[in-house]
Amino acid sequence: MRGAQHKETRIIHMYIMGFAWSVVLTIGAYLAVVNKILSANQLIVYIMLLALLQVWVQLYFFLHLGKESRPRWNLWIFLFMVFMLLIIVVGSLWIMHNLNYNMMPPHQTDHYMIEESNEGF
Amino acid sequence: MNKVMEMQRKDDSPLFGLWVYLMTDGMLFASLFATFAVLRNSTFGGPSGAELFSLSFALLETLILLTSSFTIGIAMWFAHQRDVRAVLFWVGLTFILGALFLSMELQEFSHLVQEGQSWRQSAFLSSFFTLVGTHGLHIIAGLVWCAFVVLQIMHKGLDGIRMKRLAMLAMFWHFLDVIWIFIFSIVYLLGGIT
Repeated sequence: MRGAQHKETRIIHMYIMGFAWSVVLTIGAYLAVVNKILSANQLIVYIMLLALLQVWVQLYFFLHLGKESRPRWNLWIFLFMVFMLLIIVVGSLWIMHNLNYNMMPPHQTDHYMIEESNEGF
Repeated sequence: MNKVMEMQRKDDSPLFGLWVYLMTDGMLFASLFATFAVLRNSTFGGPSGAELFSLSFALLETLILLTSSFTIGIAMWFAHQRDVRAVLFWVGLTFILGALFLSMELQEFSHLVQEGQSWRQSAFLSSFFTLVGTHGLHIIAGLVWCAFVVLQIMHKGLDGIRMKRLAMLAMFWHFLDVIWIFIFSIVYLLGGIT
């Protein structure tokens, strides 16, 4: 009984920890963008890092992913989804960027290259 | 009879089935995110995301949805304690927070449309409305689901099946929170940089 009680308090601690972390990460990302504490390129990396951390917090503290016993089907199918997601998102961005670049009218190319070297995102 | 019910209670395959559905839903959102990322600069001469969106408004939406994800977690915790009244309170609170979030999202949409910045304006706005609108539709589904779970628990108590349905709702709701984190980060924060 005491073991069960201990488990219950651990679970509620996890929820509270998860909530606290997700609020801290959200406000951290927001303040960095509003106050422009980093350059544009650094901000992109910073925000994506915080978003990934935030997703980890949600998956670990709220959805308890990876805490199931073997065989970890939930985890495997999640990893497969991430794999497909990367193919879709990275692939689309790559192809469309390439397409835009190659389909550009010649008189725009110089202007585009200057712009591209100035801005990152 | 009791043994059968016990086995049904311990059978996690419905939860696994929902998880598989959520992962395919994740791929749906992945394609919408990819579309948005590709079209983010195709504003057809109109204003960009940085000029259109209010970051503080989006932050408030995010905090509300994060809190609702937390409250449904607490509801799950009380469900394991067999405290029906507490479960109803926390699921009810989740519903209210979810409805508040949805009303804010709709307010933002109607504000944009009134300013003449509807989905018909540019490819950027089309992809924005599709991405955020699809998330909003999921929130509506979640709210209906919430209401059903509350009514069922009120009428039939918190038995094994109701418990499982609550667990599935909680899983769905946490998933919507994860999707929104990406919308907040990619659409609002990254859009707000330039």
